[in-house]
Amino acid sequence: MNTVILLLITGVGLGALYFLVASGLSLIYGLMHVLNFAHGAFLTLGGLLGWEVGRRVGDGTWAGLIVSMLVGMAVGALFAVVTELVFIRRLYNRHIEQVLVTVGLGIASVALFEGIWGTDAIITNKVPWLRGTTTVLGARIPNHIWLLISVAALVLAAIVLFLRYTRYGLIIRAGVENRTMVTALGIDVRKSFTLVFAIGGAAAGLGGVLASVYYGNVSAHQGQSMLIYAFIVTVIGGLGSLTGAAIASVLVAVLQQFANFYLGGTGDLIIVLALAGVLLVRPSGLMGRKLS
Amino acid sequence: MSRIKIVLGALLVLFAALLPRLNLSIPGVLPGPTYTPGTLQILAYAFLIAALALSYHLVFGVAGLLSFGHALFFGAGAYGLAIILRRLLPAELPPGTGLLIAVLLTLALSFVVATVVGSVALRVTGITFAMVTLAFAQAMNVLVRRNTGGITGGEEGVSVTSAMVPSFLIGVRNSANLYWIALAILVVVYLGTLWIERSRIGTVAAAARENELRVRVLGLRPYTVRLFVFTAAGVLAAIAGMGMVLLQSGTTPRVTSADFTLTILVIVVLGGVGYRWGAIVGGMIYTLLDKRLSDLASSDLIASLPGVLRVPLSEPVFILGMVFVLVVMFIPGGIAGLAERIRPQTEESAHGQR
Amino acid sequence: MASTTQPILRVEGLYARISGQQVVEDVSFSVAPTGVTALLGRNGVGKSSTIKAILGIIERDGTVEFDGERIDGLRTDRIVRRGIAYVPEDREVFASLTVEENLTLAVRQAEPNRALVDELFPELRTRSQQAAGTLSGGQQQMVSLARALLNDNRLILVDEPTKGLAPKLVFDVARVLKAAAETSPMLLVEQNLTVVRELAQDVVVLSGGRVVHRGPAAEFLDDERLVERHLGVAGAEDHHTPEGSGPDGGAR
Repeated sequence: MNTVILLLITGVGLGALYFLVASGLSLIYGLMHVLNFAHGAFLTLGGLLGWEVGRRVGDGTWAGLIVSMLVGMAVGALFAVVTELVFIRRLYNRHIEQVLVTVGLGIASVALFEGIWGTDAIITNKVPWLRGTTTVLGARIPNHIWLLISVAALVLAAIVLFLRYTRYGLIIRAGVENRTMVTALGIDVRKSFTLVFAIGGAAAGLGGVLASVYYGNVSAHQGQSMLIYAFIVTVIGGLGSLTGAAIASVLVAVLQQFANFYLGGTGDLIIVLALAGVLLVRPSGLMGRKLS
Repeated sequence: MSRIKIVLGALLVLFAALLPRLNLSIPGVLPGPTYTPGTLQILAYAFLIAALALSYHLVFGVAGLLSFGHALFFGAGAYGLAIILRRLLPAELPPGTGLLIAVLLTLALSFVVATVVGSVALRVTGITFAMVTLAFAQAMNVLVRRNTGGITGGEEGVSVTSAMVPSFLIGVRNSANLYWIALAILVVVYLGTLWIERSRIGTVAAAARENELRVRVLGLRPYTVRLFVFTAAGVLAAIAGMGMVLLQSGTTPRVTSADFTLTILVIVVLGGVGYRWGAIVGGMIYTLLDKRLSDLASSDLIASLPGVLRVPLSEPVFILGMVFVLVVMFIPGGIAGLAERIRPQTEESAHGQR
Repeated sequence: MASTTQPILRVEGLYARISGQQVVEDVSFSVAPTGVTALLGRNGVGKSSTIKAILGIIERDGTVEFDGERIDGLRTDRIVRRGIAYVPEDREVFASLTVEENLTLAVRQAEPNRALVDELFPELRTRSQQAAGTLSGGQQQMVSLARALLNDNRLILVDEPTKGLAPKLVFDVARVLKAAAETSPMLLVEQNLTVVRELAQDVVVLSGGRVVHRGPAAEFLDDERLVERHLGVAGAEDHHTPEGSGPDGGAR
């Protein structure tokens, strides 16, 4: 029973991390039909620069961590906005080329990060409390899991409120459904493209800082390996659906934890099979609308 | 194909075949004269990458399927051959016979794998297809890295030792033989690609890329046609993978990774989507650039630069990635497209592949 | 006013493609500065595509002049903001958004014509918080029309507004269109010839992506042989073929 609770809660924690990457991917795909292979790079740079600044402010302190998170968000958002404005926008409506450009950016930035920070993972210092555990129903839950879950929940709430109660949120929701009709109402959707990139980049950058807390290190590859899981989550949840991304993040991560524990470390394999299964039964994902 | 082209192609292959016996130097491109093992090794590697790119050209360029799982088949060829040689064949078989049997078994294996993956993945289209293929390749990558069944060797990969292959394929002294095998594989894959593209199925697959409806109207199922092309490309990729095992005396999990598939995609796009010779030129140029940029990175010239320039310039993959981005943005047809635009339009190229 | 006879919209040598296929070929016509011009033709002859090409929703070539200025190089949203409203085929309401959100999104001016919309579509007020996807076809058409009429338009493009509606609803829609046409000129694609007769002053008839007839509406509709030849219906009103049978139906 203890083990089940532990796996469940750590699974939700890992899911929180997936969600921070998948939310942006899903919104970007939903609105722009671009599968963003550079999204992992947003995470990595957010994590690395967040760590660089945070440790100078206060290595292993709450102040340092909070600064890291803010820097990570800012860096992720900025990187994403530049990507959209400089590369994606010029290839308007040429989806294959847009995907290819993000592939190139992803590959190139990982190489650049390796050049700057090296190929090996760098161990990071944690806030003392985050190194401890809290006992829940007999299971000793690592404290950093609580941080991941609460931050991801805040991000989810913030995005939901933004989408529901602002004009840009309205435009984005409408655009995910039918972008052509949004332009045919006289609205310049390109501004909201930049905006979803900024939101997705900020969430990913924040995810980079939290990934460094979760794994206890930062590395030039962190984003790329996380990206594959985020893709799986996004597709299972339904491309374009934020709720779908949230649900699938948790489902996938929990499934992965349980399979790793009970089925001899087959977590990665199980979720890949789950993806294939979901796609064959419901090609649009759990919460997705009909794909165009 | 015009007769001139056939003659030109044959001459080119003949010239390539003679390189190990010639003393040609291209400073800055090749590390040494063409008869040296180091140069032959790099050229052979480039041929195999070009062959792999050609097989991906069938999937992406001809059938228009954006697959993120092509490395799976290259990996199936590489791992299949290495594991069959190591585990399945009785040691008392003479190496030559053993190798032949192993090659045939690997071909059959890759055919089965490609058919299964294709028949599942092709049930969906577009970006969903891309994700399913990515998922399959990722599953293979995980299996291989986990050292499943104790036969894939985990992160170390699988090596092939001299007892399993004929002695003329082993060691630096025999670089020329391996080089010729790589060249032969490139020619075989090229002819296979050409044959499929020219066949009725290839034509229909290309038509389905542009307009699925029209193919359906003709009473053909795009699914079947695509599955054939996808499977054939998978087998051709496996052949290239087998060549790589022989050339490098083994294989590592890298050849099954998503990054490796992305590299092939980059190569095909750099060369020019839809052009056979684009895939070959892209594969050659990418490999040579990758090697030469690595050498450049460790040169004194780069070391003397300030950090802002030194760091990016000493990362070949960074440079290649950015070149790729620029090509996608500003040179839509890649290298081949550029050449087509410069060359006056002949009748052949006007009706040509794209 | 320079002259009232200068057309509000002039289309000349318009070509358009959908995924490489030519759907509009060398189409030229103009829309009068007042009243309704009907764009007619059988299914799949390129009526919807012509409208989409005018708006830049699909790839196009040729000249499109709006109130004397070229708009064929502009993006769709810029064109619309010049004062052209679009009521698309199949309504295209945002299904997951509420009725109110659908309307809010469409507002282009500081003071939208709420009173007019409330008066014309009383039902939408009571359903303002309902998701548009759960409305009936007729109600969705009301949302689609309301989105257009919230703004002061200089031209309205309406694509098959009565398609698939029950006779009673066809009458309602026609009434709304008539009211709308009093304030701004309209280009109307319509299969229902009773509605056309009721509303249109001029007709433009397409066949195979080209214009085959232009002239006063009454003159065309009274000539049964002409109607039969170009529309395939001898004065039969409300004739519909199944959807998706041509490039028009399949285009999105």
